[in-house]
Amino acid sequence: MAEIIQEEKGKGGKRKTKKHPPHIDMTPMVDLMCLLITFFMLTTAFSKAKIMEIVLPEKLKDPNQEAPKISASRTLNIILGPEGKIFTYPGSVKPEDYNNLPPLNLTDFSATGIRQMLLERNRALFKKIDDFNQQVISGKLEISQDSLATSIRRLKSDDDTGPIVLIKAYKEANYGNFVDILDEMNICGIARYTFVDIAWYEEKMVENAMSSLSTPATSSN
Amino acid sequence: MPKIKLPTKQPRIDMTPMVDTFCVVLTFLMLTTQMRQPEPATVDTPFSISETPTPDFNTMTFLLSPEGQVFMNFDNGPDTLLKFRPKILAEMGRRYGIEFNEKQLREFEKFPSSIGVPIMQMQDFLNAKDNTSRKAFQTGIPLDSADNQLAMWIQYARTVNPNINALIKGDSKTPFPVVKKVLDILQDLNVNRFNLITSLEAAKINLEEIQQ
Repeated sequence: MAEIIQEEKGKGGKRKTKKHPPHIDMTPMVDLMCLLITFFMLTTAFSKAKIMEIVLPEKLKDPNQEAPKISASRTLNIILGPEGKIFTYPGSVKPEDYNNLPPLNLTDFSATGIRQMLLERNRALFKKIDDFNQQVISGKLEISQDSLATSIRRLKSDDDTGPIVLIKAYKEANYGNFVDILDEMNICGIARYTFVDIAWYEEKMVENAMSSLSTPATSSN
Repeated sequence: MPKIKLPTKQPRIDMTPMVDTFCVVLTFLMLTTQMRQPEPATVDTPFSISETPTPDFNTMTFLLSPEGQVFMNFDNGPDTLLKFRPKILAEMGRRYGIEFNEKQLREFEKFPSSIGVPIMQMQDFLNAKDNTSRKAFQTGIPLDSADNQLAMWIQYARTVNPNINALIKGDSKTPFPVVKKVLDILQDLNVNRFNLITSLEAAKINLEEIQQ
């Protein structure tokens, strides 16, 4: 590549090819190519962004339509607070308790925080999924990646002991918290979770909890 | 005893193989590259364990900046002949009584990144010569209830391309009320399935951890 056989005119007009073709200095070309390669390598987006799917329940447009009933004993409410705080409370608040709101549990996004809490409540299902995964990894079960996902989905839909998690966001939460909590649902293998609007009494509960946090003497947990 | 005569010429390195390799690498990179599009707002996506890659086609991406602005992007579809982008813009123009000419539609088709221009300024935006003067128009799509242009964009995007998926790309610090508003608008239009764009981060837990 890139070598030119130069012909020289000899004496007496006799054409004579030179034995050693002259070298072309390729250093500038190499320099230029180095530069271009560096440019392309830096501008190329090699790793594609990933997506996380979430399906929200349909909005009730007809005012006479009633929201589906869920059992209060399995319900776990998670409220995303400001600065990465998470508030949780089990069950639901009945209208007669509006003047006597239940206290909120404060936790955070660490492994010993919300994750441990979710795993404890979801142990049965998580163990099933984990066993299944282990069997596939160790080669006891030979199935394709697609049917693995389907089987896990079936395990999740058959689950009737794990928590039903209702995620709510206080107005000072940010998008990162929202993604983190959904991610936590995936990590812990929670079968049923959804995102719902925060109710007025829950906002009040968060405000109560925040004010009790700011006064250090009366830190209730 | 004759002295050993050192060659006076400098030793030459034959760079031909190096040039060959460079050529191959360069060609590969040039053919596979997809330029990173400069977005109108810098957004650091949050991390998740999800491993599903972003789809290439049939997407409408909502870019939510930390300041609370909303930008939107569409793709042209799996076949560039489908020309989804100019079609959506033409529909929008018809709705707001603005006639976009051929050149403006073509500019819109080629514009590489997200768009956050109120529809009334869209013509000025598309007529602008360079990207720096265009940047001033990128103020975010209006989405308050009085002038909900975002809802219109979504509606026409879905009319033009019924298979379109909603992708949400937000910064970790985007305030939640903005996200909530976009989700509400989408849900009002019966879009209940969303894809949140995240970066991959491995997280591992084991059973022993929870059985303590």
